Amino acid sequence: MKSYGIYELNYAICEFKHEISVAIVRRKFDAVIVGAGGAGMRAALQLSEAGLKVAVLSKVFPTRSHTVAAQGGIAAALGNVTEDNWHWHMYDTVKGSDYLGDQDAIEFMCRQASEVVYELEHYGMPFDRLENGKIYQRPFGGQSQNFGGAQATRSCAAADRTGHAMLHTLYQRNVQANTQFFVEWMALDLIRDEEGDVCGVTALDIETGEVMALQARATLFATGGGARIFSASTNAFINTGDGLAMSARAGVPLEDMEFWQFHPTGVYGVGVLISEAVRGEGGYLLNKDGERFMERYAPNAKDLASRDVVSRALTTELKEGRGCGRDADYLLLKLDHLGADVIKTRLPGIREIAIKFAHADPIHDPIPVVPTAHYMMGGIPTNFYGQVVAPYKTGPEEVVQGFYAVGECACVSVHGGNRLGTNSLLDILVFGRAAGNRMIEDLKKNRHHKHLPADASDKALARLSRLNDQKDGESVAQVGDLLRKTMQTHCGVFRFPDMLKQGVEKIGEVAERAMRTEIKDKSRVFNTARVEALELENLVEVAVATMVSAEARTESRGAHARDDFPNRDDDRWLKHTLYFREGQRLDYKPVRLKPLTVESFPPKARTY
Amino acid sequence: MRFSIYRFDPDKDEKPYMQDYDIALEPADRMLLDALVRIKTVDDSLSLRRSCREGVCGSDGMNINGRNGLACVTPVAGLKEPVELRPLPGLPVIRDLIVDMTQFFKQYHSVKPYLINNDPPPETERLQSPEERAQLDGLYECILCACCSTACPSFWWNPDKFVGPAGLLQAYRFLADSRDQATAERLDYLEDPYRLFRCHSIMNCVDVCPKDLNPTRAIGRIKDMMVKRTV
Ligand SMILES: Cc1cc2nc3c(=O)[nH]c(=O)nc-3n(C[C@H](O)[C@H](O)[C@H](O)COP(=O)(O)OP(=O)(O)OC[C@H]3O[C@@H](n4cnc5c(N)ncnc54)[C@H](O)[C@@H]3O)c2cc1C
Ligand code: SF4
Ligand code: SF4
Ligand code: FES
Repeated sequence: MKSYGIYELNYAICEFKHEISVAIVRRKFDAVIVGAGGAGMRAALQLSEAGLKVAVLSKVFPTRSHTVAAQGGIAAALGNVTEDNWHWHMYDTVKGSDYLGDQDAIEFMCRQASEVVYELEHYGMPFDRLENGKIYQRPFGGQSQNFGGAQATRSCAAADRTGHAMLHTLYQRNVQANTQFFVEWMALDLIRDEEGDVCGVTALDIETGEVMALQARATLFATGGGARIFSASTNAFINTGDGLAMSARAGVPLEDMEFWQFHPTGVYGVGVLISEAVRGEGGYLLNKDGERFMERYAPNAKDLASRDVVSRALTTELKEGRGCGRDADYLLLKLDHLGADVIKTRLPGIREIAIKFAHADPIHDPIPVVPTAHYMMGGIPTNFYGQVVAPYKTGPEEVVQGFYAVGECACVSVHGGNRLGTNSLLDILVFGRAAGNRMIEDLKKNRHHKHLPADASDKALARLSRLNDQKDGESVAQVGDLLRKTMQTHCGVFRFPDMLKQGVEKIGEVAERAMRTEIKDKSRVFNTARVEALELENLVEVAVATMVSAEARTESRGAHARDDFPNRDDDRWLKHTLYFREGQRLDYKPVRLKPLTVESFPPKARTY
Repeated sequence: MRFSIYRFDPDKDEKPYMQDYDIALEPADRMLLDALVRIKTVDDSLSLRRSCREGVCGSDGMNINGRNGLACVTPVAGLKEPVELRPLPGLPVIRDLIVDMTQFFKQYHSVKPYLINNDPPPETERLQSPEERAQLDGLYECILCACCSTACPSFWWNPDKFVGPAGLLQAYRFLADSRDQATAERLDYLEDPYRLFRCHSIMNCVDVCPKDLNPTRAIGRIKDMMVKRTV
């Protein structure tokens, strides 16, 4: 195969704008999956085992995807420890979402939870075990028995390395199924034709610098989260919201982008996560007076209240001067009372992190923590088959042909305004599998590749050539820092009207500056400066969507807490936001309150 | 803080060289990876892999003052200056600190790193006692960073034939799993003068593993299993 370097392509694009689209190398697959985290690999497995030709692209080797960092567990009402059933799990998820979750999708997910967990166990997942040989489960925040009764024990765990164990297991199973991975390939843009159908992606082979068009009858995005828009984040460097940005640039709206989860316990000053499993196993939070302050904010659930509730409590404690340390800017997570045995067997990874990053051995000392950006509830709008849906001609949820999305980059929406701990690993398995199945069906019907439009790769190439030719621009690091600081200051745990308003302006300025970044490194080979510049452009799309959506929603719901509108307002705001990049236009669509088979859970006041 | 870093860009360099950096670190720059990110703000051409920044993804294995380790969990305080950084030894260099891991993963794949159990799966989970499950501790936690294999002289000499410590650790992870049924097949594959028996228990692998795993012990256990099945 002939390879065209970026230099030649740039040259070509300046000189003969029309020939370029023909010059670029194309490859054809039945399906292209962008992302090899838990979601992408679960979907890939369905397709590979069905004998389809699927290309799985990932910016990093599959087991380096950020699913690997998930610690606490995966929710499923197995009932191995306490009595449980999927309907209670569904109730908790609806309530946790602050009623913004779509109840049909939530029923779909909770009903399948046990099955996908057993399946994962059959693939070889090294779950911890109970004495009777069954999968070990631990309690997590927001889990209840009997629709809001006693604490449930629902999170299936492999020590505090559940994500690592799961991601490796899925990779291993894909090795067995002969899935074809394109490792260290970065998708640049979505290819849509005149009819709006998706026919593949343009992508950069990071190692060689080559750009290609990957043509597919079905394209799935599983690109993970984007919490790198904030300065304090539990997310990996690579979590830059690429899938969302590519969708937005291609005219697909983004749903509920104002909803970001701040995890109550990121390591102070570092961001690395301390799992809620610590509190599930019996740890609790303290302020500078040694008070177990969660008792005041959530008298029943206490430290295991829903994450948005706990993060707001921590932020309030800090604001009111009850933080610890010289600057009174962190709180403490105490777990020494669990004893060395429990800590060593159930929380070994946490201990390792605390020692390395906080210089505190939790067997003796509490861990300094602060609320930290963690999870993106919003994303690319989909139905529960993983098909991307957008308002077009017939209504607010028309299927975008050939396009699917699953995992953290998608918004089904099962998490609504606030995700419950351990529901994301569940989400990626259930919807990864469902999307895989749906793609197999659709591929049977759509036997032919659609024509690639002549300008298929122009957008991506134009961005690359702009970057290559930029003179006297700012550095990517500088603009990136500004973006993260702006989001952190203007769109944090509590949101203030004037800050949001200024935030929209400021982030607009950042967006303009990001269009003029310059990289000094012009090499073709493994050019990480180029990758980071492209990632910054993606972060910008995510940040702007977030700020604009947050400014518009004048109520408080789930993780979106407005200082000027402290209450939920179901009359006006029981609806999903849709953000369109063009003109930064907002639209809304109703929440699906009707489940598949059971009675609806009508919105009511949410207390823990 | 002073650094001396291996540089090579095949797009422009004829041969590799060491480049010196003298850089003022901020108080927040606690780990070596933070320092490298800082250096990258002044020289964006320095190339390395990184992702999780918490020692769990296995991206940033490199040779730090002569010893393999992960940059993200190596505190800068206490490193001897100038801090000498090189790519992991024994694998082809793609650019700067980035090595070509193809051979490493090939060896990993060669041991069939997946559970083999041909019984139809039950309705619920396959049962496993806590004791049986405990057999997998110290094995499944591997992050495939290659620090061990690229510290192993036997792997340097025979990367195409010797499975290497990381691959063998995973081979044993499945041999040790009470749910796996392919013991004989797995041992047959490893019964070979190179694949397993090139390990001379030099223990470099154990010294460098950032997750405190012990490939040498796993290799010993595989050897025991082989002996046991011949008697
Ligand atoms: C520290 C931490 C702990 C967590 N703990 C838990 C937990 O205990 N339980 C739980 O349920 N949830 C947990 N979560 C949330 C959960 O882990 C994630 O939401 C989930 O793993 C996301 O999976 P994913 O497959 O969607 O994305 P990821 O695993 O992030 O994978 C994204 C993939 O997309 C690829 N990619 C991205 N952009 C591109 C591009 N442009 N081109 C090519 N490839 C691309 C990446 O290389 C990667 O392979 C945790 C999250 C964090 C950050
Ligand atoms: S003990 Fe074996 S595998 Fe480990 S470094 Fe020595 S020879 Fe290599
Ligand atoms: S055994 Fe240790 S050093 Fe070797 S690849 Fe695994 S984690 Fe890395
Ligand atoms: S960056 Fe993931 S292990 Fe160091």
